[in-house]
Amino acid sequence: MNVLTEPENTILEGAQRNGIRSYKLNRRQKILIITGFCTALLIGVMIAAQLMSNEGIATNFTQQNLAPSWSHPFGTDWLGRDMFTRTIKGLAISIQIGLLASSVSVVIALVLGMAAATMGEKVDDAISWLVDLFMGVPHLVALILIAVVLGGGAKGVIIGVALTHWPSLTRVIRAEVMQVRTSQYVLVSRHMGKGRWWIASKHILPHLLPQFFVGLILIFPHAILHEASITFLGFGLSPHLPAIGVILSESMGYLAAGMWWLAFFPGLSLLVIVRAFDVIGDNLRLLMDPHSAHE
Amino acid sequence: MNSAKYVAGKALRMLTLLIALCIVSFILVKNSPIDPVQAYIGADMMRVSEEQREQIAENWGLDKPPVEQFISWAGAIVQGDFGTSMIYRVPVLTVIGNRFTASLALMGVAWLLSGIFGFLMGVIAGMNKGKLIDRAIKWYCLTLAATPTFWLGLILLMIFSVWLGWFPIGLGVPVGVLSENVTLSEKIYHLILPALTLSIVGVANIALHTRQKLLDVLESDYILFARANGESGLGLVWKHGVRNIMLPAVTLQFASFSELFGGSVLAEQVFSYPGLGQATVQAGLRGDVPLLLGIVLISAIFVFTGNLIGDIICSIVDPRIKEGRASV
Repeated sequence: MNVLTEPENTILEGAQRNGIRSYKLNRRQKILIITGFCTALLIGVMIAAQLMSNEGIATNFTQQNLAPSWSHPFGTDWLGRDMFTRTIKGLAISIQIGLLASSVSVVIALVLGMAAATMGEKVDDAISWLVDLFMGVPHLVALILIAVVLGGGAKGVIIGVALTHWPSLTRVIRAEVMQVRTSQYVLVSRHMGKGRWWIASKHILPHLLPQFFVGLILIFPHAILHEASITFLGFGLSPHLPAIGVILSESMGYLAAGMWWLAFFPGLSLLVIVRAFDVIGDNLRLLMDPHSAHE
Repeated sequence: MNSAKYVAGKALRMLTLLIALCIVSFILVKNSPIDPVQAYIGADMMRVSEEQREQIAENWGLDKPPVEQFISWAGAIVQGDFGTSMIYRVPVLTVIGNRFTASLALMGVAWLLSGIFGFLMGVIAGMNKGKLIDRAIKWYCLTLAATPTFWLGLILLMIFSVWLGWFPIGLGVPVGVLSENVTLSEKIYHLILPALTLSIVGVANIALHTRQKLLDVLESDYILFARANGESGLGLVWKHGVRNIMLPAVTLQFASFSELFGGSVLAEQVFSYPGLGQATVQAGLRGDVPLLLGIVLISAIFVFTGNLIGDIICSIVDPRIKEGRASV
C-alpha cells in the first residue's frame, strides 16, 4: 500500500540524499566541529607540554643551529635546544597564565558590572570613572608600570595581566544587567513582591552566565598576547623559562645570521593558539545567544 | 551650546582622571622595590659613599613623608617640571619631547594608512557580504588581530632586511652620522618598516567595524527605498552608506591611540627605532622612575586627547549628540 503521498516522498528522498550522499552539515554542526577541533588543539598542547621530557630543551652542542627537519620540526637554536619542544612548553606556560589572568579579570568585571548596574547612580558613576581611568593609559604602558613596580618576573606579569583586562567586559556586563533589569518580566516580578536577591539570582544571573563564559574565553587571546609582548620587552617571565616572548626576543640576535626558524615557528604557533581561543569564544557566543543560535 | 557643554564635560572628566592617575602611579612607585638613589647612581655604585647617598636622598626630599613628597612632586608637574631622567641625565620633558617627535611621525603614518586602508577594506567586504572577497578580508583581519605585533615586525625584518637587503637591520638613523646631519630621506627610509608593521596590524579593527556598520546600514529602510528607486552598487553605498559609517569609523580610529601607542612600543623595540616606546622600555628596565612616570602621564594625555578629538568631531558632525544625549 502506498501511504506516502507525492510531496512526502520527495521530502524523504531529499533527506536521504542529504543524509547519505553529501553529508551536508548545518551551520550548528559545523560550528560544533570547529569548536571541538580548536578545543582539542589547546588541550593537546597542554598535555604534550607535560609529556615532553626536558631533554629536548637541554643544551646539546652536537646539534647547534639546525634548520627544520623531520627530527627537529622547528629547528634547533645556538645551544642545540629543540625549538619544537621549547615552543610547546612556552605555549603551555602562556595558556596557564592566560587562564589565571582571564579568570581574575572576569570575576572583577562581573562584580563591578553588577554593582554598576544595580547599586545606584553614584556607584555607577564611580565605576565608569574607574573603567575610563584604566582605559586611559595605553595598555602596554600600564603593564610595564605594574611589572616594574612589582619588581618584574612572573609575579609582575600575572598580576599586571590579571588586573588590567576587566574594563571592556565590565561595560558589556553593566549594559546587559541594565537591559535585563528594566525588562518587562523583571518589573512584573518586582511588582509581585520578589526581593532584590531573588531577582538577581533567578533573573539576572542566568543572563550573565553566557557573557561570563564567553568573556572568559575572549579575554584569553588578549591576555596571552600581552604576556608575550611584555616578556618580549624584557619585563616578564625569567629568561630561563621557554616562554614565547623570551624565545622571540632571543631570536632577534640571530636573525641577521639567517636563522629564520627561531622566530618564525614559535610566533606562528602563538598566532594559531590565540586564534583558536578566538574561534572558540566567537562560536560559543553564536551558540549561546538565542538570536543567532538557530540561524 | 550643548555641544560645547558636552566637550567641556569630557575635558573636565579627563582632568580628574589625570589627577587620579598621578596619585595612583605615585603610590605604586613609592611602594615598589626600586631605590631611586640606587637607580640614579647606577654604575658609579662603588665610588659613592654612604654619606653621599644620604645627601642625594635628602637633596631629593626622600626623607620626608610620602604625602609631602607627593605634594612637591605634583606641584612641580603642574609647573611643567617632570624632574630629570636618570638614564639620559637631561630633563624628562626634553627626553619625551625629542622621542615623541620621532614616535609621532611613526604613529601618524601608521594611523593614517591603517585608517584609510582599513576603511576601504571594510567597505569592500560589506558590499560583497558572503562572497569570496568578504571572507578573505574577514579572515585576514581576524588573523591579524591574533598576530603578535612584535612577531610581525620580526617577520618583516627577516624578509626585507635579511633576505632582500632593502632596509637596514635596526637603528633609527645611520651609524656614525651625527643626529643633526641625518637627512629627512634617511629618516623616512628608517621609518618605513616599523610604520608598515603598525599599519598592517592596525587595519583589522577598523575594517571589521566598518564592515559590520555597513551591513547594518544596508539593511535599513532608506536603503531599501533607494534600491527601489533604482540606485545600486557603488553609487548607492557612496551616497547613503559611507556618510553613515564614516563617523563611527573616525571615532574608532581616534579611540585607537592606546593600541597605537602600545604597538609603537613593540615596533620600536624590534626595529631599534629611537622613539618614545624605546624610551619607555629603557626607563622601565633600568628603573628610571621620573622618566617612567612622565611617560605614563604623557601617554595618558595622548590617549585622552585622541578620545576628546573623536568626541568633538562627533558632537560637531552628529546632530543627535548636539541635541543632548538623553537617549543614551
